[in-house]
Amino acid sequence: MHSTIRQHGAKATRVSSLLVLCIAMLSSARGWAEGPLGSPNIFAPDSTPANSIVDLSWFVLAITGGIFVTVGGLLVWALVRYRARPTDDESEPAQIYGSTQVEIAWTVIPILIVVVLFLTTARIIFAIQDAPKPQVALDVTVVGHQFWWEYRYPKLGIVTANELHVPVSSALEPRPTYLHLLSADVDHSFWVPQLAGKTDLIPNHPNDMWIDPRHTGVYLGQCAQFCGVEHAKMLLRVYVDTPEQFAAWVEQQKQPGVQDARVAAGRHVFETEACTNCHAIAGTAARGTFGPDLTHLASRSTIAAGAATNTPENLHAWIQDPDHFKPGALMPAMQLNSNQIDELVAYLTTLH
Amino acid sequence: MSAIPLSPIAEPWHLPSRGRVAMLSLITGESAIFTIFVVAYIYYIGKSLSGPLPGQVLEIPFFNTVCLLGSSVTIWLAEREIDRGKMRAFAAWWAVTIALGLVFIAGTAMEWHKLIYVDGLTIRTNLFGTTFYSLVGLHATHVVIGLLGLLLILIFTLTGHVTQKHSERIQVFALYWHFVDAVWVVVFTVVYIVGR
Amino acid sequence: MADQTLPIAGTLDVTPRRRSQAQVLEWLHGWVVTVDHKRLGILYVVYSIFFLLVAGVEALAIRWQLAWPGLHILSPQVYNRMFTMHGTTMVFLVGMPILFGFANYLVPLMIGARDMAFPRLNAFSFWLTAFGGLLLYYSFIGGFGLYGMGNAPDVGWWAYAPLTAKAFSPGHATDYWALALIVSGFGTLGTAINVIATTLSMRCRGMSLLRMPLFVWLMLVTSGLTLITITPLTAAQIMLLIDRYLGGHFFDTQAGGSAIVWMHFFWIFGHPEVYVLVMPAFGIASEIIPVFSRKAIFGYPAMVAASVGIAFVSLGVWAHHMFTVGMTSVGNAFFVLSTMLVGIPTGIKIFNWVATLWGGKIRFRVPMLFCLGFLFQFLIAGLTGIMLSAAPFDWQLHNSYFVIAHFHYVLVGAIVFNIFAGIYYWYPKVTGRMLSETLGKWHFWLFLIGFHITFDTMHFVGFLGMPRSIYTYEPDRGWNHLNLVISLGGAVQGIAVLIFAWNLVHSYFKGKEAGNDPWDAWTLEWAAPSPPPVYNFATDPVVRSRRPLWDLKHPDDPDWKYEA
Ligand code: HEA
Ligand code: HEA
Ligand code: HEC
Ligand code: CUA
Ligand SMILES: [Cu+2]
Repeated sequence: MHSTIRQHGAKATRVSSLLVLCIAMLSSARGWAEGPLGSPNIFAPDSTPANSIVDLSWFVLAITGGIFVTVGGLLVWALVRYRARPTDDESEPAQIYGSTQVEIAWTVIPILIVVVLFLTTARIIFAIQDAPKPQVALDVTVVGHQFWWEYRYPKLGIVTANELHVPVSSALEPRPTYLHLLSADVDHSFWVPQLAGKTDLIPNHPNDMWIDPRHTGVYLGQCAQFCGVEHAKMLLRVYVDTPEQFAAWVEQQKQPGVQDARVAAGRHVFETEACTNCHAIAGTAARGTFGPDLTHLASRSTIAAGAATNTPENLHAWIQDPDHFKPGALMPAMQLNSNQIDELVAYLTTLH
Repeated sequence: MSAIPLSPIAEPWHLPSRGRVAMLSLITGESAIFTIFVVAYIYYIGKSLSGPLPGQVLEIPFFNTVCLLGSSVTIWLAEREIDRGKMRAFAAWWAVTIALGLVFIAGTAMEWHKLIYVDGLTIRTNLFGTTFYSLVGLHATHVVIGLLGLLLILIFTLTGHVTQKHSERIQVFALYWHFVDAVWVVVFTVVYIVGR
Repeated sequence: MADQTLPIAGTLDVTPRRRSQAQVLEWLHGWVVTVDHKRLGILYVVYSIFFLLVAGVEALAIRWQLAWPGLHILSPQVYNRMFTMHGTTMVFLVGMPILFGFANYLVPLMIGARDMAFPRLNAFSFWLTAFGGLLLYYSFIGGFGLYGMGNAPDVGWWAYAPLTAKAFSPGHATDYWALALIVSGFGTLGTAINVIATTLSMRCRGMSLLRMPLFVWLMLVTSGLTLITITPLTAAQIMLLIDRYLGGHFFDTQAGGSAIVWMHFFWIFGHPEVYVLVMPAFGIASEIIPVFSRKAIFGYPAMVAASVGIAFVSLGVWAHHMFTVGMTSVGNAFFVLSTMLVGIPTGIKIFNWVATLWGGKIRFRVPMLFCLGFLFQFLIAGLTGIMLSAAPFDWQLHNSYFVIAHFHYVLVGAIVFNIFAGIYYWYPKVTGRMLSETLGKWHFWLFLIGFHITFDTMHFVGFLGMPRSIYTYEPDRGWNHLNLVISLGGAVQGIAVLIFAWNLVHSYFKGKEAGNDPWDAWTLEWAAPSPPPVYNFATDPVVRSRRPLWDLKHPDDPDWKYEA
């Protein structure tokens, strides 16, 4: 169901075709072929905060571009026009020491530009940061961990990890999601470029941000504040669902872990090896909170914050040695034999 | 041979004393260090998660403060004497300055002793402990360094190596001592008045 | 003009001294115990160039690892050490010391003094700095702590709390980082004090403040700024060590401490620091551009005022590095405004340089080429800075490769370019020989091309959402080929730097004799022989204008008739 990776917002096409042009000049044609499909391009916004940022960005780019062309042009012109020529005589050019009028002119003009830039920027800051929170908003608490994401839906009683589900929001039926950002250990940063700018998750300093995605699909991002060894593999996936899909997902997530007699052996391994110290599975004795909640592990398409796809083989490899995908991840290799791991994987894959 | 100056320049040529400039620069830099510690102290006022809290354990060190501020006066008197070439009076005031500084340090030591052994407040107890010992300790370190300098100069004075022509350098050094005293005013206000 | 016999009082007719036959050991000893500002200047510069190569190799390792997704050239742990050490080294062991090296060598010469105000403090400062560098690199072997955890520092050059707490950074790597910077910080403080005292108290007769060369002015402002920026870092690092060793709680978020406070302290240092780095580079440009345009600097008083202005404004902008930490909207807006204001005095500088070119007879020698590269690149870098300063834009760009691109544009495109310019310009003065112009042109063009391949491209991966500090990335994000291009550009820069290093060595032995004044320049250092004798000037010079040698060369039309 979540097959399309969202890219293009309304005016994003124009924007990214411009970008494509710029970049195509730099990278080979084939280089572009791999993108922009998976690319979390900031110029392909699909949510109000990201949209307003892009508007501001174009404005700033236009002004700075204008300054660049003017000043750069003058510079190049001066170099060409006033280069020393072989035909020159030995004399020195006229010495000019300065001019107060000119000095004043190029002080005042930049001041005016700065005023304009500042006022525009300030307007967008207030529009995004101080936007009133509507009643219908969905609340999600995001907790950053070294190196994975925990999501709690306090009003829905759901706890999950690494893959965030939110409902789509439209102009007619706005349903923004408000993220309350916490950290369990060090600083992280929540950044899904197409949905909003980033906001840091800082221990002892709760932050808030909001998104209102306009299209369904998966949006990619990743942790944007260096948080230790595996900062690079702390990836973000945001699933934007239709209201119906979202309701169904919520229902499913509220269930305790599936209890399937056929995989009792795996469950036994899980409960007797140290897994329960760190992981929770609702409906079992497992209550650990150091690692991700595994109650609905099988409903996720990746494991370990996007480090690998969620397949039985990868699960096997992960449990055998987490360093295989994520050297430095905080889950230890549990020293189980292959048989135990097979049983565990069989169990984990039933946890829908 | 024509030299760079084609005509001698009439105006007299005065430059500030390099010692004074350097000491003022050092003081500027030191002030920035203290500013950071003071800001940290102020920011963390009332943020400790557990006791003891400043209101419960801190006593206002009036006597100490008077001694330290007094030493600024005595060192100023010393500066005046050396400027006039009265070396004995200089040495006397200088020694009084040292004595006052020592009293201050002893006072701090007693205060800390009480805090540690009676109130059980160490640098790791809580945020108050951390910021208090750091800030007051940083200042005390400066007092100690100042005292070492003062002592050295006193020894040189008594052995006759310091004379009236060193007046300028003495004044430069005294600047440092004045600075340490001025910092105490800030530390005192922040720690014992605002923060209590 | 290679007029060896400029009849200038204050110079002595000493033919350049070649090294005597004395034994190598004695020669070495001479360098170790030296208190001569020129030798110390050279030591600083050599030391920095050495670390430029080291940190450059680290950069190449970074680029190799990132050339394609999923490479295993460096392990994640090693990668994190690499970028931390690269950044720390480049800023503290390359940028700062090389600029203070220039200051050491040039400031006394330019103001007609015999030495710095405190020669022994000067030597002490250098050795502190050098020791700091050794300490930092010693962490590679000495940084093993408990359980073999840790090695070289791996917390980023901004070292955000609480990642630096004992719980998250066991071992001693982080301690080495803090200690090394405290030690070299004291060295820097000493040098800054020295530069200030020298410029204020050692000027030759007639060298009033407003006649000092702009380089000296910028070093004065830089040093003043250093006094109040490097010290907050020292203070914060003392706190960090108190936390790590004495169990303090300054940045301990478990005990009520605040991670944000570290960020503020770090950037209160970190932002002015970048101006500390760039202003000496401005100084170099302000010397070279006029000489090779054959015109006096345009708007000297405005240049001085702008420099002081930049220094002041830069003290109030630090939180533009923290737009994403959740400040209030008013707080954000304040720092947007203060940051944008820096553009005004900086603009004045750029305009004055362009106006200096205007109407000149521009000679495209190697130092000038590098300066022009600087001018062009600094313009772009400043404008990308303005983009970052628009807070909402920064919410996207923060910690992305766009930021990396922005600051390499300044640090490499502006500062390193000007350092190269300065070395080509003053090498003849220091060694008595010219650097090869041919090799210099190769160096310039290759470096320019490599620079643009690398750092222009970085802006675009930043737009495409690539964060910094990652040791690898997903293959499906559209970043692959761009990263390959960036890495190739790094290699081109590497070749250029090797040519430069070769040029330095080769020309020392084989270069053309330079004479006193190879560029036909106007400031006092060109009145001394090349290399200048220990005492610089036999008799103290006396000046009447900003360009004493111009007055001398044009007695019919001297500057002092026009200067206010
Ligand atoms: C020497 C180094 C140097 C210099 C000079 C600058 C100069 C500037 N920098 Fe940069 N910066 C860095 C080094 C430097 N920077 C580094 C190292 C970092 C990253 C640190 C890290 O995170 O590791 C950084 C990061 C950084 C950020 C934070 C980004 C982030 O992490 O999110 C911001 C945001 O505002 C910023 C802004 C600016 C601005 C506005 C200037 C201004 O000074 C530029 C002024 C110049 C101009 C504007 C151009 C010329 C002017 C005109 C032609 C006049 C007309 C113009 C106008 C009216 C606008 N810089
Ligand atoms: C003056 C400062 C300076 C300079 C000159 C450079 C120069 C370069 N930098 Fe660096 N850089 C920083 C300051 C600087 N950098 C800082 C402050 C950071 C942030 C660190 C952090 O996040 O903590 C950073 C981070 C940084 C990153 C981001 C890493 C990350 O976030 O993951 C990258 C990635 O590409 C990079 C690349 C480069 C490259 C390719 C160069 C090139 O220009 C280098 C060119 C030079 C060479 C290539 C030298 C070649 C030498 C040889 C070939 C010598 C061979 C010699 C012998 C064998 C003796 N730098
Ligand atoms: C010391 C704590 C600890 C123990 C014990 C532990 N884990 Fe983990 N586990 C973690 C952490 C931390 C992560 C997140 C790693 C990351 O993504 O960086 C994790 C991640 C996982 C994941 C991926 C979860 C996801 O949502 O992507 C699975 C599956 C998993 N662990 C299974 C197990 C099993 C099975 C055991 C027992 C054999 C076990 N873990 C024991 C800490 C632990
Ligand atoms: Cu979490 Cu980076
Ligand atoms: Cu900055």
